[in-house]
Amino acid sequence: MADPPKFDKKSRYTEGRGTAGAFEGETVTRRRLMEGGAQLAGLVAVSAFALPALGFALGPIFEDTIPTRWQDVGPEGDFNDESYVARVINIVPEVGDPGKTTVYVRRFNRERDTTVEGQEPQPYVAISTRCAHVGCPVRYIQASQKFVCPCHGGVYGFQGEVEGGPPVRPLDRFYTRVAAGRVEIGDRFSLNSHFERFSPRDPSNHLDGLWQYIYPSRPTT
Amino acid sequence: MKLLRPSPPRPGRDRGNGRDGQGVGPPTKPTAKEQAVEGAASAIGWLDERTGASPILRFLLYRKTPYTNWYYTLGSATLFAFLSQAVTGVFLAMYYEPDPTRAYESASHITNEVFLGEFVRGMHKWGSTVMIILIFLHMGRTFFFGAYKYPRELNWIIGVVLLVLVLMMGLTGYLLPFDQRSFWATVVAVNLNASGPIVGPYLADFLRAGAEFGPTTISRFYALHMLLIPGLIIALIGAHLYLVVKLGTTAPPWLKAEKKDLLKEEV
Repeated sequence: MADPPKFDKKSRYTEGRGTAGAFEGETVTRRRLMEGGAQLAGLVAVSAFALPALGFALGPIFEDTIPTRWQDVGPEGDFNDESYVARVINIVPEVGDPGKTTVYVRRFNRERDTTVEGQEPQPYVAISTRCAHVGCPVRYIQASQKFVCPCHGGVYGFQGEVEGGPPVRPLDRFYTRVAAGRVEIGDRFSLNSHFERFSPRDPSNHLDGLWQYIYPSRPTT
Repeated sequence: MKLLRPSPPRPGRDRGNGRDGQGVGPPTKPTAKEQAVEGAASAIGWLDERTGASPILRFLLYRKTPYTNWYYTLGSATLFAFLSQAVTGVFLAMYYEPDPTRAYESASHITNEVFLGEFVRGMHKWGSTVMIILIFLHMGRTFFFGAYKYPRELNWIIGVVLLVLVLMMGLTGYLLPFDQRSFWATVVAVNLNASGPIVGPYLADFLRAGAEFGPTTISRFYALHMLLIPGLIIALIGAHLYLVVKLGTTAPPWLKAEKKDLLKEEV
């Protein structure tokens, strides 16, 4: 009486495991290979539409959406170094009125303005009206020389530094230059409480100390 | 037509009443009512034979329910509010233009010029508030009746996700009228998103499609508001209702106390 053939269930080879119709030296059954292949093909097909679609939706996060445009706000004679003059610039020209914003412009004041070592001061101070709390439009009040936000009571001093309320950093500014006797306004930048310049951050983002890494600069700005 | 022909005699039932010796007569023509009933029954039978729907419907609708009260209708009320939002929203989309230069005009065109426009827009606007109130009442009922406990925890979790999705509907829909209030409220809301550490600024960029409120921000909010989030809500409402049917309705907490008294009496 012949012994029944012995199979090792843990064998590396399908033949050794006793799979019917196994080839010599085969380690994966054909059925299993087909299953895996079909699932892989499905995965490739789903990724082929899902990944580009996701990239399409997320794309704007990774591109610079605000190109540099220098905007003329008037001759140098319109501005002084003791009070602000309101001017309207167009940040996003394609959207009509929502793309416009007010900036408060004055000449750099050698005595009153804080300077930062290693940073050339801008010839004109152009302060953004976007509150550093959550972005409501602030208004400059000449009598008290303060910027006041109507939404949650943020108060800023003459240089845009926080004097009260919830804002987390001074008001943003814009780069300025003088071309042919006229003042031009360029890109936005943000300041920490020591008036050090940073790439523009959203309102509500702190910038002092380690906060600048918790609210990183983004490719969009 | 087959329906209008007299039905063949059933076995054991003779034609005519057979009392006066006229046992076998010509077949009687069914009345119009009998024909209608038979027609409806055969149409339903046709569907049922091909879909197997009747056991599913029996499982869905003929469930054993404990003693309930009016608070148990809050879930259906929320579902009704959602359906109302879906229907009015689809029709508002026929007139609304998600473009920063046209959004306000098209919204005021709906209110002032389109027939019943003010009514439909009003239903959508006030319906959104009603829906959120109903959700919180439904959630309160579930909480105070202890209906979130084993084995219904997953349904509570799905409900919370639905609540978040509905709040996202509120946020994305608020921008669409594109008046001063909705614009600045959305600016503030997006900046609140930006206040989250590390991912916050990127999330705000995603919502605005850039660093500033741009030409595609409003169409982005529109797509989220009427395609992506409603799709997720419909899918999760399906899961929510499936679990309600599968797990059954909880009895109100005070019923248990009554039962205990009954048990004591038996002893």
